[in-house]
Amino acid sequence: MLRLSRMRWIHGWLLFLPAAVLLFAFTHLPAAETLWASLHSTLRGRRPAVFVGLDQYRTLLDDPIFWQVLWNNALFALGTIPASVALALAMALLVDSRIAGRAAARMAYFTPTILPLVAAANIWLFFYTPSYGLLDQIGGLFGFGETNLLGSRETALPALMVVTIWKEAGFFMIFYLAALQQVPPTYREAAALEGAGRWTYFRRILFPLLMPTTLFVLVNAVINAFRMVDHVIAMTRGGPDNASALLLFYVYEVAFKFWDTGYASALTVVLLVILAVLAIGQFAYLDRRVHYR
Amino acid sequence: MNQTATLFGGDRWLAALTTLGAWLLALLWALPPLFAVWTAFHPQAFSVHFDLTAPLTLANFDRALAAAPFPRYFLNTFILVTTVTATQFVLCTLAAYAFARFEFPGRDIAFALVLVQLMIMPDTLIVQNYATMARLGLVDTILAIGLPLMASAFGIFLLRQTFKSIPKELDEAARIEGASALGVLWRVYVPLAKPVYVAYGLVSVSYHWNDFLWPLVITNSVETRPITVGLQVFASVDQGIDWSVICAATLLSCGPLLVGFLIFQRQFVQSFMRAGIR
Repeated sequence: MLRLSRMRWIHGWLLFLPAAVLLFAFTHLPAAETLWASLHSTLRGRRPAVFVGLDQYRTLLDDPIFWQVLWNNALFALGTIPASVALALAMALLVDSRIAGRAAARMAYFTPTILPLVAAANIWLFFYTPSYGLLDQIGGLFGFGETNLLGSRETALPALMVVTIWKEAGFFMIFYLAALQQVPPTYREAAALEGAGRWTYFRRILFPLLMPTTLFVLVNAVINAFRMVDHVIAMTRGGPDNASALLLFYVYEVAFKFWDTGYASALTVVLLVILAVLAIGQFAYLDRRVHYR
Repeated sequence: MNQTATLFGGDRWLAALTTLGAWLLALLWALPPLFAVWTAFHPQAFSVHFDLTAPLTLANFDRALAAAPFPRYFLNTFILVTTVTATQFVLCTLAAYAFARFEFPGRDIAFALVLVQLMIMPDTLIVQNYATMARLGLVDTILAIGLPLMASAFGIFLLRQTFKSIPKELDEAARIEGASALGVLWRVYVPLAKPVYVAYGLVSVSYHWNDFLWPLVITNSVETRPITVGLQVFASVDQGIDWSVICAATLLSCGPLLVGFLIFQRQFVQSFMRAGIR
């Protein structure tokens, strides 16, 4: 008997081994190496990387661009997450009701999810083109002048947010749709019998029932807000004057334009810490409020 | 909604308003891709000039294909997506089977460590993963793009949930008939999880087709660049502001995926749903 259970141990580990090796080599090890590299100077030509302690982090604290991209990223998250999640819920409710042409509507909402973000960014770039693009053409009809949304400090980041919301809402809608289809229709009937209005039904019954989905979607949305930079690269390259640069984009720039791996590692550590804190915090906070079926 | 409308004593106005809202939102959402289609299929003079009598043309696609090696980029993406998805299937199946049906010391800690990848995705580790690939001599290869993505926490999680929901009796019955551990996996678990594989496959293919940052960093030649990076190189360097050609190239880059989506729309949506339910 003992031998049998030991066999199961070995089998279990052997089955997990191939995935474990790759996960370790490309997730856990690089995460640890990043921390290690962030405590060293960058290897340049003949000059080897030497241990510098927390120097990279001191540089980081004094780096105005770092604070700017951090602030940009916070704005980006706040600007995109609530809007895309709310829109996703609205879309799901619309498509779940028996309206005419709902299959077409669902397809329209979902299509951006299938498009590569770079491709979407190129289309929106054309949209935003000053005077020539569709936005200015439509604006022109109403007597608005030429705009350069991506070229001015105030509007570059919001313009990217719009693209993000457009891209993400349909994706999150799918999860709400799946959840809505699992709500028993008897709840609705019972609520109606009790004399509850549509809004009360949504607020008191449907919304709490959808909480696990909202949690799942929120976690994804937060991770995406710190992970999506394809459109920054394709549309603004962080400009003008870093007004639309996000944290991961800055990591990319520092690492692969300035080839300063030490500093890029310190920036990556900040990114990883933010992701970890947000994920843990979100679970701890929402866990208490989520209604599990 | 008709039924509920009567239930809540709802009126026709509200129903009409809902429909109108849904359509307006749909139109707004469809506008950018429709706009790109218009521009790509019309001569340059009509790119922002909307005239229903404008002649249709494929010249923009010809010009895009002549200006950049898109077929090669397609081939690269195809190789990348198929190898990554196939490897993910094998590795995630084995690991998920271990977590679902085997007792081994350290299992729970190992599973928690797997889930870490849901949060720390490979995109965020581009700096060190680049260094690793440089050490392995793999910079600028398709294998290097795929390697960090091949063991997927999401896939392991999804398949583990599925395997756990399969009755143990089936497993035991097969064992009594003399099937080995792998035999049971192959003959009992995998066939029963087929819809989940379809779902995961579609999600994985569209995800890796669209991947951009890591391939951008790790590739730098025509022979390895996937279509997304190829498109970006084309749009930013080769073209300047010829929007007709850029739109044609953009449509080309997502064409196969988009056509597949339009044909298998129901399966796609259901797959994304299935993958999202945990």
